[in-house]
Amino acid sequence: MVTVSMNTGLLLASILFLIGLVGVLTRRNILFILMSIEIMLNATGLAFIVAGAHWLQADGQVMFLFILAMAAAEVALGLALILQMHRQHKTLDSNVLNLLKD
Amino acid sequence: MDNILNLLWLLPALPLFGFLVLAIFGSKFSKRAIAFIGVGTVGISALIAIIIGISYLTHTPPGNSYSQTLWTWFNVAGFSPSISFYLDPLSLIFCFVVTFVGFLIHWYSAESMEEGEGYARYFAYMNLFICAMLVLVLADNLLLLYMGWEGVGLCSFLLIGFWYKDDENSAAARKAFIVTRIGDTMMLIGLFLLVKSFGTLNVAAILSGAPAVWTQGSSLAFWGAFLLLGGALGKSAQFPLQVWLPDAMAGPSPVSALIHAATMVTAGVYLIARMHVLYDLAPAVQMLIAIIGAVTLIIAGFSALMQNDIKRILAYSTISQIGYMFLALGVGAYSSGVFHFFIHAFFKSLLFLSAGAVILALGDEHDIRKMGGLRKKMPVVFWTFLFGAGALAALPFVTAGFYSKDEIIWYAFASDKGSIWLWLAAFGGAFITSIYTFRMVFHTFFGEQKTEISYVPGNRIKIPLIILGILSLIAGFVELPEWMGYFAPFSKFLNTALPAVSLANVAGSTETILLLINMIFALLGVWIAWQFYKKPQLLSSLQTGAGKRLSNFLFEGWKFDWVYDHVFVRPAVWLSRIDKTDFIEKIYGGVGGLNLWLNKMFDRTENGNIRWYTLGVAVGAVITLTIILFL
Repeated sequence: MVTVSMNTGLLLASILFLIGLVGVLTRRNILFILMSIEIMLNATGLAFIVAGAHWLQADGQVMFLFILAMAAAEVALGLALILQMHRQHKTLDSNVLNLLKD
Repeated sequence: MDNILNLLWLLPALPLFGFLVLAIFGSKFSKRAIAFIGVGTVGISALIAIIIGISYLTHTPPGNSYSQTLWTWFNVAGFSPSISFYLDPLSLIFCFVVTFVGFLIHWYSAESMEEGEGYARYFAYMNLFICAMLVLVLADNLLLLYMGWEGVGLCSFLLIGFWYKDDENSAAARKAFIVTRIGDTMMLIGLFLLVKSFGTLNVAAILSGAPAVWTQGSSLAFWGAFLLLGGALGKSAQFPLQVWLPDAMAGPSPVSALIHAATMVTAGVYLIARMHVLYDLAPAVQMLIAIIGAVTLIIAGFSALMQNDIKRILAYSTISQIGYMFLALGVGAYSSGVFHFFIHAFFKSLLFLSAGAVILALGDEHDIRKMGGLRKKMPVVFWTFLFGAGALAALPFVTAGFYSKDEIIWYAFASDKGSIWLWLAAFGGAFITSIYTFRMVFHTFFGEQKTEISYVPGNRIKIPLIILGILSLIAGFVELPEWMGYFAPFSKFLNTALPAVSLANVAGSTETILLLINMIFALLGVWIAWQFYKKPQLLSSLQTGAGKRLSNFLFEGWKFDWVYDHVFVRPAVWLSRIDKTDFIEKIYGGVGGLNLWLNKMFDRTENGNIRWYTLGVAVGAVITLTIILFL
């Protein structure tokens, strides 16, 4: 079995997180924003796993399961919302969908 | 019979109850129910006042006074005014007039105010007015009296501006409120002075303790009496605070009747009569009262001569008649002042109510030059108005006003504080009164009809007029002058509460001569008014050049409004305008401006763009992490 050092694992997690963040900030299509959020969530989960493996604690994996469940719920809601948005506005461009303001 | 006097608290409580019911549920009631509550509560009050009066007369309580303490208002550092009512001959007479005349006015309004909106609001205010006035006259301490005093001021404001949709009416209401406020402030300072000197505001305690604490003619006594007088001048519309009253005609006619006859303006007379011991200690102030009364009655009398609006004539006549009361108080003839108040309440409310009936009948016509010929068309109103006018002009023997006014005119000369000058003013004022009163009568009821009658008054208007008309004739017989047999139960009744007038040494024959002159001039006034009415060219020949300027001057009430406007109002407005941007204003303005700017900045961040929000969260997280990790 190949052991990966914690630094490498956390670095990977950080890179994944940044990729997700940049995706959220730069993408205009809401579908892609949602996918980027998934990447960020998984990056966080990876960080938990790495930390849990390093200290030989089960907590990291428990947290990952939580995140997994939450992500599933979030996707279910998010996709439903996106579906409705597309029906109502015929677009998924977040710059156009800026009606929620005073 | 103590148990009947225990009903005293019901007098102000009933109108208060009426006010509360009408103010809260009034809009849901029918007009019939509103009138029933509004008139009924005051009517029961009047009935109770009469019962209490009879019980008081038949079984006079020990010490000639009765007080009923309901509860302690508050208790701070040994100063504990209570809500308690005090009944003595003076307050009994005022109570009777307030409730009885007030009841007749309410009854009359039930018909005259039926058209138009705000029926419930009207009766709510009127009931509160009666309640406040009763609290004022029944209060056993000056703080409670002051509460009633301010309540009366508030209600007059509300009622003068009753038709508030017209800007002019609102302005008149504000004027009444602000001008009387000047007096009220003086009075409040006077109350502070009394608390400082006596440690209490209980009327009986002050009256019995004052001679021991304040020496005769000391400066404290002077200021105490003077400041209270200031309050009385404002409420009673005396010189120099008389300017609000003519404008107060903006309200409905029954309101004028209530303000002028039964309530508000006589509050000043009551206050001075109630606190008479203070004025005995400050002879200078008492002399000032007499002079102010004399000046006011002359000023207002001349102004009344030139008015054409029937209600304005009556307004100036009120100022002038209250001037007589002040004159009486000033020469120490307290019971004569109260007697004139008593009679004046009947004939002045009668005059206002019948003038209101005329105005109603002619479709809101106020100008006496456009009236005329109503003698045949409205006989009841004509005869009652004539009775009231006769009482106002003090026509000899048959009218009540004759007995009350001539008593004052006589004491203005005969009292040891009187003088020939005061007598001359009082006598001249009476002469003018009879001229302007009958000018009004002739123009309104004689000659040809000039305006069509659009409304015929019904019974609810006529019956109060008839009752008041009869009282204007016969009420004077409770006090006959010495040469007519000296039948004076009224002043005897009052003398347990107020000192009798002390006379200078004047020969009895002088009284007869002066009285005869009075009578002749009262009748002469009627004759002159008739001459001017019959020959209008007589008047127009006088109104050329200087005569015209003079009559304009009198028409505008001696230009007091103009003077006050230029001396007080405009400088105040000018000062506030240039002071609008001083540095304090800049501080507050700056705080407001900063908040507005911040608001604008934050407002910009809310643009609805989700990526922008995410960036905000990310930057915030980075900053927070930086602070946590590196600082």
